[in-house]
Amino acid sequence: MTNLNVVVCAGIVPDPLQTLDPVQTGEKPGLRNEMMLPHVLDPWAGHALYEAAELVKETGGKLYVVSIGPKAKLQQVMMTIAQKVPFQLIAADAAAGGFSDSKQIAVQLAELVKQIDGLDLSNTLLFGGWESASRGAGTTLQMVGEILGVTDQFQGVDKISLNDDGSFKVLERIEGGKHLHSSCSGAPAVLGWATGYLPEPPNNPQIGMTNMRTIMPALQQAKPADLENPELTFTAVELPKQKRDTKIVKDISADEIAQEIIDWIKSK
Amino acid sequence: MYTLATLPGDDIRSIMWRFADRFELQMLVQSVRAVARGPVARAVAEGARNSHEWTTKKSQLLKAFDESGITAVFMDPEYGGFIEGPKNFALALTAYELSWVDAGAATGSLAGNLALEPIHERGTEEQKRTYMGGAVPPQQGEDRIQYRGAFGLTEPLPYVGVETGMLGGKVRVADWSADKEPVLQVEKRGRFITNMDFANFVCVAVESDDDRIKGSCMIILEETDPGTFDRGAPTLKLVHQLSSTRDPVFNMKVPASRIIGGYTVKDGVILPNFSHAEIIDPVFKHTRVTVGLMTAAKLVSAVEPVIRYQRGRFRGGSLEPESPRYKLGIQQKEDALHRTAAVWAAGEAASSLGFAAARLFDELDPMEKEKEKYFREQGINKGRAEFKALMKIQQDAVNHLENDDDAPIGDPMIQYVITDSLANVLCPATKLWNTGEGATVMREAVSLMGGYGITEDCPGFLGQKWMDSQLEATYEGPEAVQRRQLSITMTNKVFLTQFGNWIQRLENLSLTHSDMGIKSLVSGMKIWLETLDYLQTHRDENNTKLYSSSRQGVTFAMADALCWLLSSYYQMEDVLQLLQKGPENAAVAPNLEGYVAFFKDLCFIQASRAAHQVAQICSELYYGSASTLPESGDILTPLLQELNANIAGVHLAKDRAAEALTMVMIPEALDYPQ
Ligand SMILES: Cc1cc2nc3c(=O)[nH]c(=O)nc-3n(C[C@H](O)[C@H](O)[C@H](O)COP(=O)(O)OP(=O)(O)OC[C@H]3O[C@@H](n4cnc5c(N)ncnc54)[C@H](O)[C@@H]3O)c2cc1C
Repeated sequence: MTNLNVVVCAGIVPDPLQTLDPVQTGEKPGLRNEMMLPHVLDPWAGHALYEAAELVKETGGKLYVVSIGPKAKLQQVMMTIAQKVPFQLIAADAAAGGFSDSKQIAVQLAELVKQIDGLDLSNTLLFGGWESASRGAGTTLQMVGEILGVTDQFQGVDKISLNDDGSFKVLERIEGGKHLHSSCSGAPAVLGWATGYLPEPPNNPQIGMTNMRTIMPALQQAKPADLENPELTFTAVELPKQKRDTKIVKDISADEIAQEIIDWIKSK
Repeated sequence: MYTLATLPGDDIRSIMWRFADRFELQMLVQSVRAVARGPVARAVAEGARNSHEWTTKKSQLLKAFDESGITAVFMDPEYGGFIEGPKNFALALTAYELSWVDAGAATGSLAGNLALEPIHERGTEEQKRTYMGGAVPPQQGEDRIQYRGAFGLTEPLPYVGVETGMLGGKVRVADWSADKEPVLQVEKRGRFITNMDFANFVCVAVESDDDRIKGSCMIILEETDPGTFDRGAPTLKLVHQLSSTRDPVFNMKVPASRIIGGYTVKDGVILPNFSHAEIIDPVFKHTRVTVGLMTAAKLVSAVEPVIRYQRGRFRGGSLEPESPRYKLGIQQKEDALHRTAAVWAAGEAASSLGFAAARLFDELDPMEKEKEKYFREQGINKGRAEFKALMKIQQDAVNHLENDDDAPIGDPMIQYVITDSLANVLCPATKLWNTGEGATVMREAVSLMGGYGITEDCPGFLGQKWMDSQLEATYEGPEAVQRRQLSITMTNKVFLTQFGNWIQRLENLSLTHSDMGIKSLVSGMKIWLETLDYLQTHRDENNTKLYSSSRQGVTFAMADALCWLLSSYYQMEDVLQLLQKGPENAAVAPNLEGYVAFFKDLCFIQASRAAHQVAQICSELYYGSASTLPESGDILTPLLQELNANIAGVHLAKDRAAEALTMVMIPEALDYPQ
């Protein structure tokens, strides 16, 4: 199938290596010093983005990234992400964080998707993370799909295989480390990604320079999005009561990681 | 009391170091950081530094540099690079990010650029296309061998180091048939040549040993040229082991077209267009600043591991988790905090000085080209004629600076002379102070980590960084060479007039910013200026001029003193920039006050230190250069008294900074392995 487009809904979150300390910030809970923390692309959305980039390479369609977050932080994250794969950014400026109402975010995301110039939804897949590192509720993407009238939805996706006639197969995660195999007759559809199988692409400054030509104006034009929901209240916020023991290793293989976990379990 | 929310991140740094509006540089920083804190850090953590040999693990870093764009940073887009315009600042940021983890990795990547520098500065168009284009990593589908270079100047003892008039390496005519390009025989032994394990071309400095070749030059040797290309023995380095260093031996035949910058033939003699000195000068001008930033990065990188160590020091015992001893650990102790603040302050000053110098060279590079063009158009030749013309412009520049410092400079030649005079000071100052004082401060950082500091697995590799800084003080010209250069360039009237203008500007600023030690810096600057004037106009008891090239005890000490002032000055400039531009960044604005207040306190700490170093050096020279007190009336004592009055409150600044260090939020863990 040619020219199939992908729109990836991708938020940003504080770098998980940072101290994430919930505090009351005005009316709402927030993280201590959240705006000063370095941010990263939400890891789940990241998987969606890299899978999407591979897919559009195959189809020759366009790749869009739709993001709502604090402009200054979005720009900072783009300095890395823009070097990974070619895409066009559509952004709105709003306080991010795990305490915004997911429905409000979904409404605004859907609005941004609708505004993409010349986008034909019937020839488009809507990607995102099946949940996010800040909220973990797994609700946003489903609502975006519903608002846009895209009701073929798949969550916890690890793989998509496209057929020549535009139909595709999807592997979705289910319990017990197994996958549910589904077939879909074609776009439009919503795919909420788990990890997929692709590694993070290395930085490529040439891609970055090309992307930035459209990303910077997109950021400058980003309009404020209203995420307030007066009906939403928080009664309590706390970190999960588990011991956090962080160890930093980079680039080690999945086998080595698995072995370490096995050794740890055996030692308990 | 203010709050320092977190350690300063990219938002703040890009404002202070002036690249908030240059996204290509922000992207570069992210790319280099990923390599530094990924493969480089892993290599160090896995012990790759523990061998002198060039190993597979080390060579994999070259691939990481290629893939992430680090290798191509140096190149202009026309040769396959991706950054337009001068690259000094871009390379400075690259070196900073790599050295944040390991400066040997930085050296490995930068030595390739060092090899290309002679070609970049003086090479013929063809040489540029061949070697700069060839050094860009092949793109997908491109089938060619990538050029990787080495820079061969230093020779085995007892021959030459980096500042040299004579060379042991020789060039002769091997074959020169009529109407054909001469073939040259090049003999060169190198010592401590970086990249020598894998370089497939080397730019060597040689002197003529043949009546048919005039003077000295630099020549490009390729691995495949006929003759001996012996990579030699590896250097048994105690430092920077992720870079490759060997003592190679070359004896090869190459076409004369490999003379860097080309040549002409006159009366049967080959006249190289550039002597080796004419090539090396601009090369080192561009590469030494970067080395200074390597040490600066180490100092600032030490802050986070030190704070984490201090806080966690006693958490293993049976302490109550809510007790101050549990929460703060060694941070309960004033001395540990004050010293941490001092390390940080020195790191800020070194970074600010180095980045200011790098940015200045970005401004200077196009001006230099303009100057060349202008002089050639005017029929003014290199050498004496150019020197004379420049002297005249220098006077105009001084007049301009004396009359109206702020007025726009209409004449590009005057602008060039002003910028050049400053660059000629900032380059050796960065190299000298950042590395020399940096090594001393790095030792302090190591000791703050106790026994851990001196082990291989100290978080942040602080022990290795301490040792590494000593190399940075040595290669590309040891400290003596930098002091010598400074002792000349800092007495240029054009520079001194700018320096005088800074004093005025700072005095004005101190009225509105009374809380960052500006007045103590101004005192130091006045002490230095008065002392210099005294030394330049007085003689010792043997009737020798006090300030002269043979009296390094005087000139070198004054060079050291100046560096303290410059680094403190640029540190303040960067904080004032943050104060001015911070509100424009939505992420920074809400917490700006705390950051600015903290950085101002660091400025004060550093300014007071700097001014007192200057006071000590100058007092010794002023009062100590004769067996009796100066006859001219004691001009220094009032200034020294003024300085003491101007540091009122510096200890309070230390206390505030110390308290901020106890509360600043740091990440859960260091973002690179140990
Ligand atoms: C790891 C490493 C990598 C290197 N890479 C390269 C490379 O790639 N290419 C290359 O060409 N070179 C390279 N070098 C060489 C390096 O540039 C020189 O070692 C350095 O410039 C110092 O020269 P030197 O060792 O001859 O010391 P010397 O010049 O002998 O200096 C030793 C001391 O003598 C005194 N001294 C020297 N000159 C003066 C003076 N004018 N006035 C007063 N005192 C003085 C000072 O006390 C000085 O510290 C490298 C060196 C090392 C260690």
